[in-house]
Amino acid sequence: MSSVDFQTVLPELILAIYAMVALLAAVYTGKDALAKPITWITGAVMVIVALMVAGGDGNTAAFNGMFLDDAYARFAKVAILLSAAAVLVMGEATMARRGLLRFEYPILVTLGTVGMMMMVSAGDLMSLYMGLELQSLSLYVVASLNRDSVKSTEAGLKYFVLGALSSGLLLYGSSLVYGYAGTTVFSGIIEAANHGQVGLGLLIGLVFVTAGLAFKVSAVPFHMWTPDVYEGAPTPVTAFFATAPKLAAMGLFARVMFDAFGQAVGDWQQIIALLAVLSMFLGAFAAIGQTNIKRLMAYSSIAHMGFALLGLAAGSEYGIQAMLLYMAVYLTMNIGTFAFIMSMERDGRPVTDIAALNQFAVNDKLKGLAMLILLFSLAGVPPMLGFFAKYGVLIAAVQSGLTWLAVAGVIASVIGAFYYLRIVYFMYFGEEGDGVELNMSPAAWAALMGSAAIILLGVVNFFGIEGAAAAAAEALVK
Amino acid sequence: MNNLLSIITFLPLVAAVILALFLRGDDEAAARNAKYLALAATVATFLFSLLVITGFDPADTGFQFVEEGEWIMGLKYKMGVDGISVLFVMLTTFMMPLTIWASWGVTSRVKEYMIAFLLLETLMLGVFMALDLVLFYLFFEAGLIPMFLIIGIWGGKDRIYASFKFFLYTFLGSVLMLVAMIYMFIDAGTTDIPTLMAHKFGSEDFSLLGIQIVGGAQTLLFLAFFASFAVKMPMWPVHTWLPDAHVQAPTAGSVVLAAILLKMGGYGFLRFSLPMFPIGADVMACFVLWLSAIAIVYTSLVALVQEDMKKLIAYSSVAHMGYVTAGIFSLNQQGLDGAIFQMISHGFISGALFLCVGVIYDRMHTREISAYGGLVNRMPTYALIFMFFTMANVGLPGTSGFVGEFLTLVGMFKANTWVALVATSGVIFSAAYALYLYRRVVFGDLIKESLKSITEMNGREKAIFAPLIFMTLLLGVYPSLVTDIIGPSVEALLTNFHAAIPADAAEMAQTASH
Repeated sequence: MSSVDFQTVLPELILAIYAMVALLAAVYTGKDALAKPITWITGAVMVIVALMVAGGDGNTAAFNGMFLDDAYARFAKVAILLSAAAVLVMGEATMARRGLLRFEYPILVTLGTVGMMMMVSAGDLMSLYMGLELQSLSLYVVASLNRDSVKSTEAGLKYFVLGALSSGLLLYGSSLVYGYAGTTVFSGIIEAANHGQVGLGLLIGLVFVTAGLAFKVSAVPFHMWTPDVYEGAPTPVTAFFATAPKLAAMGLFARVMFDAFGQAVGDWQQIIALLAVLSMFLGAFAAIGQTNIKRLMAYSSIAHMGFALLGLAAGSEYGIQAMLLYMAVYLTMNIGTFAFIMSMERDGRPVTDIAALNQFAVNDKLKGLAMLILLFSLAGVPPMLGFFAKYGVLIAAVQSGLTWLAVAGVIASVIGAFYYLRIVYFMYFGEEGDGVELNMSPAAWAALMGSAAIILLGVVNFFGIEGAAAAAAEALVK
Repeated sequence: MNNLLSIITFLPLVAAVILALFLRGDDEAAARNAKYLALAATVATFLFSLLVITGFDPADTGFQFVEEGEWIMGLKYKMGVDGISVLFVMLTTFMMPLTIWASWGVTSRVKEYMIAFLLLETLMLGVFMALDLVLFYLFFEAGLIPMFLIIGIWGGKDRIYASFKFFLYTFLGSVLMLVAMIYMFIDAGTTDIPTLMAHKFGSEDFSLLGIQIVGGAQTLLFLAFFASFAVKMPMWPVHTWLPDAHVQAPTAGSVVLAAILLKMGGYGFLRFSLPMFPIGADVMACFVLWLSAIAIVYTSLVALVQEDMKKLIAYSSVAHMGYVTAGIFSLNQQGLDGAIFQMISHGFISGALFLCVGVIYDRMHTREISAYGGLVNRMPTYALIFMFFTMANVGLPGTSGFVGEFLTLVGMFKANTWVALVATSGVIFSAAYALYLYRRVVFGDLIKESLKSITEMNGREKAIFAPLIFMTLLLGVYPSLVTDIIGPSVEALLTNFHAAIPADAAEMAQTASH
């Protein structure tokens, strides 16, 4: 341990220390009265840390390779921090209105974010597990933040039980990997799996680790918790679940696959291809029948994870680049969409029924238009960025000879287009109904409009993140 | 001006953005301003496009007015026109002001209506000018969004079913094309259309899932593009979305759909399928010819029994598009010339026919043929105009409809006499359904109580038809106006096409040596 090691983890340290200080401050002084300032300060701290991370460069391995800081980790961290900050800030007013703005909320989100940053930087099975559990435990608690609601507590419990199961699988896989590779450091595992010759024990370990990670990205057939948790958790919390943790889990997934099992691409490629195709189709089909917009978004995110896994399944540098771009676009779209969903109210009570959006766009043209852009982007229709994200992963898949997977993907995306169109249908062509009003704070409004604008205007130059994603992919796939 | 094409393409978009951002209020004055701004923008676009056609050199078979710029994800922003696309650009800019003007009577959500149409114009123009695969796909697909909204918001009773069917049908066709485009990009290393035209895609036979694929990758690529363009055309048996969409769309929506959107399929065949996959196209040509022949006869018969005017004209459109595909896959000069001519001419004629339906629909709010009869007594001018376009639709010599049908039939005859035989019967059927429709609507005694007070066309309505009548007659008596522009490009396309097919190339070499 040296000062260089601590310098490498400085962003995580700052965030963790900030969380402790905020916790103490809240406990010893105003408690929930401080929740609002803490939320905003947390957002600001996250943005500052994101800037700090973005300014870093080089490729360092700290703590004997347990913690890696490279372009790949930095790309993922910036996206995690910015999206977490956006979700916190835009949900603050809604949480306050629902009486859920407890001081624990921003602090738990901060700790979860530290866990996520740990995940994408993990260079060892132990640090991987540490990051994963820090993130998961924080999320279990925020899922049941609405203590008096049966649904919310059920969501938390379900998430916890299934999350624990997946952690168990992951740990069992890790122990097998350790047993057969003799080390937990990724750089050691990759040497043990030398030149494509992966032993049977290591292979079984790989499968268990993959299953555990698939739980976290909610890929089919490990997706069952997603709709229930999305539905039960308070909507701003759902918005958080749908964004940063997804990227963190996907980032970790790619990290393990390439850093630890990079010699055995052929072995895991087929597993991930299967996960991808199942996720895309289940996400597309199961969402059709949903009437609750939060459950619909849960299936939508399953389908999107399927597409992101398509990039990973390609097992190439371009595939990782495409996957990162996909996740960045996915985060942007979901922030905007959830800013909209969390503000849906009737007589001050939250509404999640899709049919309540009847004629919405007639009464509120601007917000209707922003939502329209986001929905078509989610469906993957050009010229929105959602299309270019899909285009990237499809290219990666075809390049790696997975043309059948690309064909399956586009067919799933047509099926999926149906339910996004259904929302547009309610908003624009629906019958007069009870209606819904959008009670938006300025922050939520800015999140909705900002993400719609980014999705639409990104067609000009992608805001230059392509180069960053390419550098990140290069750092991972050496 | 070397940004001319971009200016033309994005001018309507700029107008749409101005409307969206700066026009406030829902009152009548705002609606009127929206209409005038939209009309001014489309007219300005047309005037700019005149610079293209006057500056266009038909003898040059390459792309002209080319613009190129860097874009995202290794793609390029590249626009240009050649002899095949320039007339489609003109058709679009010509039809749009008329469409906007024909929508003067719209009262609900006028601002959004105009924005949707302006957006649509930008996207349609982009399709005909794009010289990058993905840029093409972007314009091609994005057009679905405004059209989905136009049908869904301003459409008739079953508009929701129709809008979903329209969107999902065409979306499914296009995504397969997207996968093919990705394969092409990986195979050729570029998405530049002129380069891809010169690239030779693999044509070695191989077997996939136990099926021997003649023509190899080219055939598969051809089929993927075919899935998209055949739906867009539309060809039998994937035409069923069109009658629904037409019936439910507002008049202006139908006009745009029939006059311009349908032409994207035919344009796609000429821009991609023939030049890029000649061997695949050669393998599939006979199949497509027969599909077209079936389309012509079958949809003409279906048109005969329709009770809804718009549906009848929609089926007639499918039949006429059958001539286009048959002409294209005749793979000879007459067939291709005829196909392009037929597309341009059908743009004027079907657009006008939908406008004719719109005129009486605006008065009576029904499209049931049985609700009309004897209109000639109260609306003589209307009867005359409707008759003119009915005749043009049938293909009366002297109108542009005749030239297109005749050329394609000649092309078909040279390629496959049996197909020509079947297709020619379509000419008789088209006369049958068109005249039968005309008789039921216009002739007879005016006995229906509701029709007694129907009013003659007003000046605006007459004025809209004037340019269409002019163009139909002009192209009918002076077809070289079109064929002179498209001729050299078509010839170049065919020369490259036949040179790429081993059997034809051998034959050509033999004739050269003699």
